[in-house]
Amino acid sequence: MEKKGVLKAGAGSMEAVKTQYFTFGDLATGGLVLDSGEKIAPVTIAYETYGALNSEKSNAVLILHALSGDAHAAGSHAQEQSPGWWDAMIGPGKAFDTGKYFVICSNVLGGCGGSTGPSSINPKTSRAYALDFPLITINDMTRCQKKLIEHLGIEKLVSVAGGSMGGMQVLSWLAMYPSSIKSAIPIATSMKHSPQQIAFNEVGRQAIISDPHWKSGNYYGSALPAKGLAVARMIGHITYMSDTSMNEKFGRQKKNTTEPFKFTSDFEVEGYLRYRGDNFVKRFDANSYLYITKAMDNFDLLEGKGPEGLFRGTDARVLVIAFKSDWLYPAYQSKDIVKACKRAGVQVSYCEINSTYGHDAFLLETEEETRLISHFLKKAFYDYEVTGRYEV
Amino acid sequence: MRFDSIRIDHRAIFEMVDSRSSVLDLGCGSGDLLYLLIKEKQVRGQGIDIDEEAIYRSVEKGLNALHGDIDSGLSEYRDGSFDYVILNQSLQQVRHLETVLRDALRVGRKVIVGFPNFAYYKARLQLFAGGRAPVTPSLPYTWHESPNVHFFSIRDFLGYCRSQGIRVERALYLGNNRRVTVFPNLFATSAVILVSR
Repeated sequence: MEKKGVLKAGAGSMEAVKTQYFTFGDLATGGLVLDSGEKIAPVTIAYETYGALNSEKSNAVLILHALSGDAHAAGSHAQEQSPGWWDAMIGPGKAFDTGKYFVICSNVLGGCGGSTGPSSINPKTSRAYALDFPLITINDMTRCQKKLIEHLGIEKLVSVAGGSMGGMQVLSWLAMYPSSIKSAIPIATSMKHSPQQIAFNEVGRQAIISDPHWKSGNYYGSALPAKGLAVARMIGHITYMSDTSMNEKFGRQKKNTTEPFKFTSDFEVEGYLRYRGDNFVKRFDANSYLYITKAMDNFDLLEGKGPEGLFRGTDARVLVIAFKSDWLYPAYQSKDIVKACKRAGVQVSYCEINSTYGHDAFLLETEEETRLISHFLKKAFYDYEVTGRYEV
Repeated sequence: MRFDSIRIDHRAIFEMVDSRSSVLDLGCGSGDLLYLLIKEKQVRGQGIDIDEEAIYRSVEKGLNALHGDIDSGLSEYRDGSFDYVILNQSLQQVRHLETVLRDALRVGRKVIVGFPNFAYYKARLQLFAGGRAPVTPSLPYTWHESPNVHFFSIRDFLGYCRSQGIRVERALYLGNNRRVTVFPNLFATSAVILVSR
């Protein structure tokens, strides 16, 4: 049985946006069959929408979030100051112009931002799933998004867009549902993780697993594996920045610390990482971190099909964006996506933006991204032919 | 905008390209040529340029543009992927000219090359009488800031094509906003040449 979500958009000036919930698949009908062969039922997907869906339902754009993101991409919730994670890109007159487009962002399956994940209650046991939660894949996340889009009555999206793990979901959409999208914007992402990327994720996972409070995942209702998750996040933040951006942000600046003890956080960068790590623990579930990073590591768009077969017959236009100083998702990985598009005869644009921010650039270089995305979307939406400039 | 206000080399290329064909523009710049061909000849177009700003400008025009260098941009395309590969004012700037030209002839059924004529008479005069590296309308850079790495004349290029068995299908020689028909190697500042395997 499908719960009816509220289809009213009404973000307007992006004041007071609200997270909504869509639930599908009860135990009787079987729920969602995952890549692993296991089932989850029911599945709830948290989502937000900005702008208004037009009467033809032809102006919807789906935004896909990265590892630690959630459905709250833009605007602010009532009683809360902090705007969504891509607020600079989504809103009236912005790259994803809510004056034109109906923008949707949902929390991924396995997440902890309102969608079903390891911290959700398992209806069979009435306790949190914890490690009883089945292994999920990027494609499983995409399947849930497709269900949500169908629930909203949308047949074809103007675009799917996202950076990092969001970009993996974009690629998954392109491979699984090419006829449901007019365009795709994978940013700072990869068709598969390199050993280096897997290695960083594994260190993060081990930090969590070695925390005595983790207790094989059964920490709900007791002390959280906060130290482990914080360390995982610290490692993450190092990989999201660049040598240059760290130098610019911190230098070798020391903090004014009065703690008379060895191994206090003397340097600015140490304080920053600790602050980021500790903050993360307040909003993110350690088991979700394990499940989602594993889904990223297991993602391989080419698995089962040769590079020749990928994207073949797709008429969606693709815009690939990479950043020069991004060493976590280096530009060569984006170029591999471009190559696959070229081989398949897919219409593709590619830009390697000159940035010093490292992987974080996809959240920060919004001016350059806006220049590319706003026009690219317009072309995808109106499908305009270049017209009427010369008298021949 | 009127057609005769368009750059003369773009007009020359425009004449050579069939309607509804597919075009790969290597060194597409801000995309003006591709835009013209798409709009007036309904071609299917793809651009490549090494300059970041060029990509923004091209995408703003609704074009498909790839950020990258020409030297490594062709290998993924299958043989005969495009009806035309255009190398306008870019061939003299690529490091591996012969490889690029050979690959362009593989990827495209026909290749259009536009290049500055190093043997233009004013260039000859500057070199011969002035003893200095020439600066002309088609070779506007001083020796120390020039992005060009190959300097060749119309006769050089035609001779090269002959030696490589590359067929010259059509050649248009251009002066200062006009066509040049007599002694092009002397009087043309640049040339646009349609070649095929």
